[in-house]
Amino acid sequence: MAQVSITVNGKVRKADVEPRLLLAHFLREELLLTGTHIGCDTSQCGACTVLVDGRSAKSCTIFAVQADGSTITTIEGLARDGQLHALQQGFWEEHGLQCGYCTPGMIMSAVNLLNDNPAPTEQQIREGISGNFCRCTGYQHIVNAVQNAAGKR
Amino acid sequence: MATTPVLPKLVGQRIKRREDPRLIQGKATYVDDIKIAGMQHLAFKRSDVAHGRITKIDVGVAQAMEGVEAVYTGAQIAAFVPPMPIGTPFPSPPHHAVATDTVRYAGEAVAVVVARDRYVARDAADAIVVSYERLPAVVDLEQAMTGKPTVIHQDFPNNLAVPLVPGGTGVGADSSVDDTAITKAFAGAEVVISQRMMNQRLAPSAIEPRGVVAHFEPGKGAMTIWSSTQNPHILRTMIAAMNGLGQDQVRAIAPEVGGGFGAKINIYGEEYVAAALSKQLGIPIKWIEDRSEAFVATTHGRDILAYVDLAAKRDGTVLGLKLRLIADVGAYNMLLTAAIPTLTMLMANACYRIPAIRVTVTEVFTNKTPTDAYRGAGRPEATYFIERAMDMLARELKMDPADVRRKNFIQPDQFPFATPMGAVYDSGDYEKAMDLALKNAKWTELKAERDAAKAKGRLVGLGLATYVEVCGLGPSSSLPTGGWEHSGVTIERDGRISATTGASPHGQGNETTFGQMLADQFGVPLEHVTILHGDTGVVKQGIGTFGSRSQAVGGTALHLAGGKVKAKMAKFAAALLEASEDDIVFENGRVFVKGAPASGKSFAEVAAYAYVPVPLPPGLEPGLSDEAFFEPANNTYPFGCHISMIEIDRETGEPTLLKLVAVDDAGNLINPLIVEGQIHGGLAQGIGQAMIEEVVYNSDGQMITGSFMDYAIPRATDFPRFELDSTVTPTPVNPLGAKGVGEAGTLGSTPCIVAAAVDALSEFGVTHIDMMLRPEKLWRIIQGGRS
Ligand code: FES
Ligand code: FES
Repeated sequence: MAQVSITVNGKVRKADVEPRLLLAHFLREELLLTGTHIGCDTSQCGACTVLVDGRSAKSCTIFAVQADGSTITTIEGLARDGQLHALQQGFWEEHGLQCGYCTPGMIMSAVNLLNDNPAPTEQQIREGISGNFCRCTGYQHIVNAVQNAAGKR
Repeated sequence: MATTPVLPKLVGQRIKRREDPRLIQGKATYVDDIKIAGMQHLAFKRSDVAHGRITKIDVGVAQAMEGVEAVYTGAQIAAFVPPMPIGTPFPSPPHHAVATDTVRYAGEAVAVVVARDRYVARDAADAIVVSYERLPAVVDLEQAMTGKPTVIHQDFPNNLAVPLVPGGTGVGADSSVDDTAITKAFAGAEVVISQRMMNQRLAPSAIEPRGVVAHFEPGKGAMTIWSSTQNPHILRTMIAAMNGLGQDQVRAIAPEVGGGFGAKINIYGEEYVAAALSKQLGIPIKWIEDRSEAFVATTHGRDILAYVDLAAKRDGTVLGLKLRLIADVGAYNMLLTAAIPTLTMLMANACYRIPAIRVTVTEVFTNKTPTDAYRGAGRPEATYFIERAMDMLARELKMDPADVRRKNFIQPDQFPFATPMGAVYDSGDYEKAMDLALKNAKWTELKAERDAAKAKGRLVGLGLATYVEVCGLGPSSSLPTGGWEHSGVTIERDGRISATTGASPHGQGNETTFGQMLADQFGVPLEHVTILHGDTGVVKQGIGTFGSRSQAVGGTALHLAGGKVKAKMAKFAAALLEASEDDIVFENGRVFVKGAPASGKSFAEVAAYAYVPVPLPPGLEPGLSDEAFFEPANNTYPFGCHISMIEIDRETGEPTLLKLVAVDDAGNLINPLIVEGQIHGGLAQGIGQAMIEEVVYNSDGQMITGSFMDYAIPRATDFPRFELDSTVTPTPVNPLGAKGVGEAGTLGSTPCIVAAAVDALSEFGVTHIDMMLRPEKLWRIIQGGRS
């Protein structure tokens, strides 16, 4: 067992974890932050995407112990003071989701994208979310959602 | 004077989804988010050989591991889990949830572990050692039909799951076959197109893998089971039957479900085992599928071979069609496996007047993961085969692909149209949809653009395909589960509305569309309506969501249930307002006598009166709650036309989709925003099949595409912006005029893209390319053409 101290959505969380515990499982099982999803076991789908020290990262690809000392934002921490984040709003307005399973990871990737490039072209959006799979939407409404959010900033 | 704002009519509007707030904030509850005190985790040891006899299973190490509750072999499981039932009438070999003595596909479960957490459960499963006497793997479909290299199930000679079912012109109800018409059609042909076509195997790949939590409470003798399923009521029926419980003793819940695409219709061994072990051990049990497991343990789709012969005159008039279908169903029959190819047969007539059609279906066992429904389920296959043949005919006759279709379309005044396959198409205007697609695509200019690109040496091609599909599945004669849907509507005492639907959604947005319908029906705000679904403890009856049936069948049940309640509420209002119930109007949150809105009552006041009816109007029971079953007399037949443009890199063979124009006709639409989303998703899967998706097995029966690194799920960069439009031809089959739209996108896109690829490579003399359009395959055609 190893001790970790990770700041998640603004709160410091300390825990004893197995060294092999994935960050995704730490968030889901220890902290009960089940908005972060798991869709694969080969780091392809992006359903588990969170922000680690402000950068998007696939939390199934990081051990909890590797995240020791870092600051993490999950989908649950995105809305501030009861106000949806512009991307959450955009996904809602543009019907950027159907089953919603890919959505938290997709939104977190898009947060990173817009942080890097506040006014992306459609192609840049498509490339920016190409590490995230969505099986439901065909991506078009997701692109619209990101454009919607970018337009509001 | 201030006027009260009038509530907008919502049906037909692009309303934002009511499901979304929980989903975009990570606050939804999927099955893996459920935790119950005392819950333990299930893991399966799976076969790593495709075909073999189990000679020994050593569970010693696993059993001794700290945190392991129990370990079972297949034989031990079989003592309390009977062989799994199927939902089709064909004879079927026994299929155990966990293999007892022989494994028949790589990934078949052979042993089970229950442990404290999922890590320990996985460790223990890995520590189980299984020895096999290997048997030859049956992999090649056509070889399998000859019984080679071996026979998989002893009572099924030559691996024939379904030996041969004929259908079409000259085939009697007793399967008697009269060849006169079909022979004549081909004898009179001026041109015959003959092609072998493979519609490859696909992995449905909902991004949420399957999962189940089973909780048997010994004190109550009752089971609650949560599962990532498309049809909780069917799950309840099956779990009850398999566990010796009454249906009243099982509550099945589909919580938030992360996509299904047909693969979550089936009730799987993992669900039966979780339920049975929860009952055996008296503890809650959870099983969550890994993606690697999903590739082998969740049903696949398509995998059907066709020999197509199309007879025509040189002016493009089709005279006859022969379709010999051979489906590779994998190692076992699942719930609907055997029925899927029969849907391909049913739709062999496509959009055309074809004087004579002969189809045969044969289904073959191989040592692969079983197939079952996958988005479109049988209909994309039919569309693909016939549209490819029509495209080849156009190419052979040097006709525009649209003109060949135009020549043969069933005409609008011919509906209802009874096909030789036994379908009765409800309504349609195929030419109108095609013309709109041609207009939107700027077909003439597009052809000029293609020709200009080709003149510059670029490999650019255009493809067009039309389709008709069968949706809104019912009536009961066509579905072993029953072909109806159920809904309940309750006006609560405070005037808010609770409604239930048996059409359990997994991304389709029924909470929104059904809410829109009720809000309009009762003239109340959408916010006052709650749609409940997915829980057999709340939703009395239901079938489920598949075959694009939610709106056409489930929506109609809701509409009918709402109508019953509204009629009763009008009676209460009539008593209250001392008027005739026929004159009562529901509008803008008020109930009033026609022409006198000011003197009416609020909707909530009438509701309150119905629950404390003093005086009780004669002949009325208190309360406002009713239900309806709706069974359609026929299916619905949505249709459309898809057009694509692709470019193939001359040096690498890599195809790029440049343009996709779709016109779909799903009848009346409740929420066009949601409809567009459904079509986009279908297009993505149809394009995925045409261009990048394929499950591949090697000659040992090992799947070599068993992860997202090897099986290509389309990414955002794989698509251009889709250009959508619609025509509206309502169906007479239900009062909403809605046909269903969930699968439409997968129908036209696939053949139109292959047609475009063939067009792009026409200079190399190619007339057909089997999917997927792997760059290597295209590169070889280009190279071959050069030499
Ligand atoms: S779960 Fe698929 S990338 Fe992390
Ligand atoms: S919304 Fe279902 S996977 Fe994206």
